[in-house]
Amino acid sequence: MFGHLAAPRRVVVTGMGIACPLGLGVEHVWKRMTAGESGLGAIQSFDVSQLPSKVAGQVPQGPKAEGKLDVAEWIPVKDVKKMDRFIQLALVAAEEAVQDAGWLPQDEEARTRTGVMIGSGIGGLPTIYEASVQIYQGKTRRLSPFFIPSALINLASGHVSIRYGFKGPNHSVVTACATGVHALGDAARLIALGDADVMVAGGAEAAVSEIGMAGFCASRALSTAFNDTPTKASRPWDKDRDGFVMGEGAGVVVLEEYEHAKKRGAKIYAEVVGYGMSGDAHHITAPSEDGDGAYRSMKAALASAGVRPDQVQYVNAHGTSTPMGDDIELGAVERLWGDAAKGLAMSSTKSAVGHLLGAAGAVEGIFSIMAIRDGIAPPTLNLDNPSRESPIDRVANVAQQRKIEVALSNSFGFGGTNASIVFRKAA
Amino acid sequence: MSETAEKVKKIVVEHLGVEEAKVTPEASFIDDLGADSLDTVELVMAFEEAFGVEIPDDAAEKITTVKDAIDYIEKQKAA
Repeated sequence: MFGHLAAPRRVVVTGMGIACPLGLGVEHVWKRMTAGESGLGAIQSFDVSQLPSKVAGQVPQGPKAEGKLDVAEWIPVKDVKKMDRFIQLALVAAEEAVQDAGWLPQDEEARTRTGVMIGSGIGGLPTIYEASVQIYQGKTRRLSPFFIPSALINLASGHVSIRYGFKGPNHSVVTACATGVHALGDAARLIALGDADVMVAGGAEAAVSEIGMAGFCASRALSTAFNDTPTKASRPWDKDRDGFVMGEGAGVVVLEEYEHAKKRGAKIYAEVVGYGMSGDAHHITAPSEDGDGAYRSMKAALASAGVRPDQVQYVNAHGTSTPMGDDIELGAVERLWGDAAKGLAMSSTKSAVGHLLGAAGAVEGIFSIMAIRDGIAPPTLNLDNPSRESPIDRVANVAQQRKIEVALSNSFGFGGTNASIVFRKAA
Repeated sequence: MSETAEKVKKIVVEHLGVEEAKVTPEASFIDDLGADSLDTVELVMAFEEAFGVEIPDDAAEKITTVKDAIDYIEKQKAA
């Protein structure tokens, strides 16, 4: 099948973009994150009186100059109504990423060698809700012709390709909360296998809405004990954690074949060196208790990278702040790292931005790359009293200066899907 | 300009995000105002809503310019 390849090609990250509860822009968000700031707050944008969980991470509203989002500054008014908010966030993050990479090719050949793979966990849920209400009210004939293209998950990739003329592979990932890592990993493979030279890859999510919150409340997944102290609600590994805090946002990276990037003198953030996947085959929402799925996913990622656990200095955990999941992942990392666990730093940036579902793996991949670039492990906020001890340094509350050459990022999703990705400092 | 014409113009400006000056009677939604086929479907729905008229699909297909829309709506309202 891949007989045209002498060997897999190397893949590097040359551009990054973020929209998340800490704001817009990788540098701005990273500065706030490493300073220990939280992007979580009380939900103001809709009525939460009937919801047991009333906290979330929403992209701050305001001018671009302040690192906030005013959609009108990014997308023509005429087009805004044609896309659910998750697509709008994807476009914002993609714009930063392609500008950062300096990759805006005008010639046909370069455009056909550039693809897009942006996924989402659940896509245009608020749009589907609104359409349902309209039909219920008997206004079926008044349904917008943009309803379907606004809600479809792969339209994030579609809109990005249309905006920049990227005519290569146009793909999309849907694996719940593992979407972001799968998108980055699969896109890197398309480059490694020769389908494209450049991929704009990532995840986007905007499910902080009545229907999204109600749905996750119903499955008893969200934090409910910190409605009055929202910045305390996401507390991975802490003994008082009681569920995840929903966040919205998008993370997009420009992945590029190594020689291609070098030839055009692109800035190289890091190399994507490993990618692993597994399935739990256990339960629709709960992870397998022995952490076997997480363990095999990380092991496969390290094997594909050709690195030993002791060569990895930082892990960005899935760590959603659920009572069950956090310690299962911790156990899997301890088992895989063995004696090397005591030299490892592992944090959950969900403590600051919440759980961005399908965008989580993409934004956390970017945080992992920034950790490598700056030699800083971002903190796990609110880890005041760990529910159990561990030889692993979980970077409680305050960022740490560390020498980080290799970082691994985990994302696990409903359905028992697990994905891990490994980045290495650019040589 | 008639009241209908004013209202049609306003709807076109809002939905297509174009400058008011460009919305002349002769302007074609697709050729001059940057609309695609889905935009025109939505525009016709907006006219129906605003003027309380029914515009069946075969009639909607013939509405390609601002003037077409004004004429059709005025005829419906007169009937």
